[in-house]
Amino acid sequence: MIVLDNIHVVFGRGTPLEKKALAGVSLTIKEGAFTTVIGSNGAGKSTLLGVLAGDVIPVEGSVRIGEADVTKLPTAARAGRVARVFQDPLAGSCGALSIEENLALAYKRGQRRGLKLALGHHRRKLFRERIAELDLGLENRMTDRMAMLSGGQRQAVSLVMAMMAGCDVLLLDEHTAALDPGMAEFVMKLTEKIVGANKLTTLMVTHSMRQALDYGDRTIMLHGGEIVLDVEGNNRRNLDVEDLIDMFRRVRGQTLDDDELLIAE
Amino acid sequence: MSQIALWGAVELGLVYAFVALGVYLAFRVLDFPDLTVDGTFPLGAAVTAVLIMAGVNPWFAAAVSMLAGALAGLVTAALNVRFKILNLLASILTMIALFSVNLRVMGRPNVALLSVDTMLTPFYGNGLRDFMVRPLFLLVLAIVALIVVWRYLESDAGLAMRATGANARMARAQGINTDRQIYLGIALSNALVALGGALFAQTNGFADVTSGVGTIVVGLAAVIIGETLFGTRRILIALIGCVVGSIVYRIAIQLALSSDSLGLQASDLNLVTAVLVTFALVLPRLKRGVLSS
Repeated sequence: MIVLDNIHVVFGRGTPLEKKALAGVSLTIKEGAFTTVIGSNGAGKSTLLGVLAGDVIPVEGSVRIGEADVTKLPTAARAGRVARVFQDPLAGSCGALSIEENLALAYKRGQRRGLKLALGHHRRKLFRERIAELDLGLENRMTDRMAMLSGGQRQAVSLVMAMMAGCDVLLLDEHTAALDPGMAEFVMKLTEKIVGANKLTTLMVTHSMRQALDYGDRTIMLHGGEIVLDVEGNNRRNLDVEDLIDMFRRVRGQTLDDDELLIAE
Repeated sequence: MSQIALWGAVELGLVYAFVALGVYLAFRVLDFPDLTVDGTFPLGAAVTAVLIMAGVNPWFAAAVSMLAGALAGLVTAALNVRFKILNLLASILTMIALFSVNLRVMGRPNVALLSVDTMLTPFYGNGLRDFMVRPLFLLVLAIVALIVVWRYLESDAGLAMRATGANARMARAQGINTDRQIYLGIALSNALVALGGALFAQTNGFADVTSGVGTIVVGLAAVIIGETLFGTRRILIALIGCVVGSIVYRIAIQLALSSDSLGLQASDLNLVTAVLVTFALVLPRLKRGVLSS
């Protein structure tokens, strides 16, 4: 379970550019729930993910992941609980290291790293099997540098990496946004399969309203650092993209510019 | 070039192989341009010389040198990590400070190691000429150092260090404390360089406060020559490249300086080094240019 309680995040505090990124967000996510997060640019989506990951430490409020209060823990110290896939395919893996070395890094996420060989016989076999499940033929390229893979392949491997070690929450930060439509579709199907099979508590930020409704079981919308919409169950099932936009207008009491909400598809 | 000159070049190359391994850790693994080594090389020499003159076991003296080098590295890492000073500048500050520290350690600009036992003493006089014993002894030590560094970089802990240099944000997301990796890596790097300094003092019979000038360039030259000759794909190959690169560099310098037709003299060493490093840096680019055009 994840509990965010009255989270306030302010960037550039005390400067003329001070910006309130999150203004008192409270959110409880049940174990095993798949929540999608939408909102316009600057709404606070990435900040919300950052607060969970540890990249952003809130000025007020508390963060609980699983059993632990992680409010003040830096990224590295809570990595054992948090698996992530970044928007930028280059960000989530080491381009200079091989596929299997990246997997070895992920295999020990949040654990003590000792002097044991990172790529022993047993691990190599395990990594190969996991990569073979992708059906991309990458199992024959285990010693290739990650940099030689396409963006989509890298995101697919990143998802496998996220699953190498256990986690209390999976954070997906627009992880298909940088991909071509075909590969984005592949990565989304893969995501759904992995999340379903492992019953993972998942938070997925997306720019696509379609994606936000098609995947997961709960959708929240952020605007100006606040949660302005939170739907699940039947209410959500009956929604389509048009309704989502109408709802957004009603809640905010203002009309939207086309470029304020990027609606893919 | 005479046979003695060749063995001499190999010997010096092997001393600087330790510098090259250290520079590889800092520059290539951690992506941390660390000029501290210009200070830690003579620091290692100074500590060893002073301790040996005080009657300390030469092996133990070399170990203390490594510790001193590691401490110097920790200072640079702290300036960078703790106080957010740009890595290059942080290392220059430590380097400058070490010049004074080295003078303090020795009490004078140089210390001669005359008529005292060194690590090499037991190996002399067993049939081999002295000028051959030194490089062979150094080769064994360099291989040991290479294997230790290699095995470390292939371990989970070493992989964490490599990830820190390759993609720090990703490393943190994997639970790696990147600050700690920088402390550890820069300390290890400077310990190796100080060991090079200690071996320099023991093989050459003196420690001099000015012997550190250009250490970084020589180390980098070895790394780059190694990469040009061997490539960078595998860690072991890259490390062997460092050691061989260091030897090749010394032989190239020796050839350039001893060739009458070039008309170079010993004082041209730094110029020759700069030209050689530039050449090694530009060569891979030229090769690419030829291939692509």
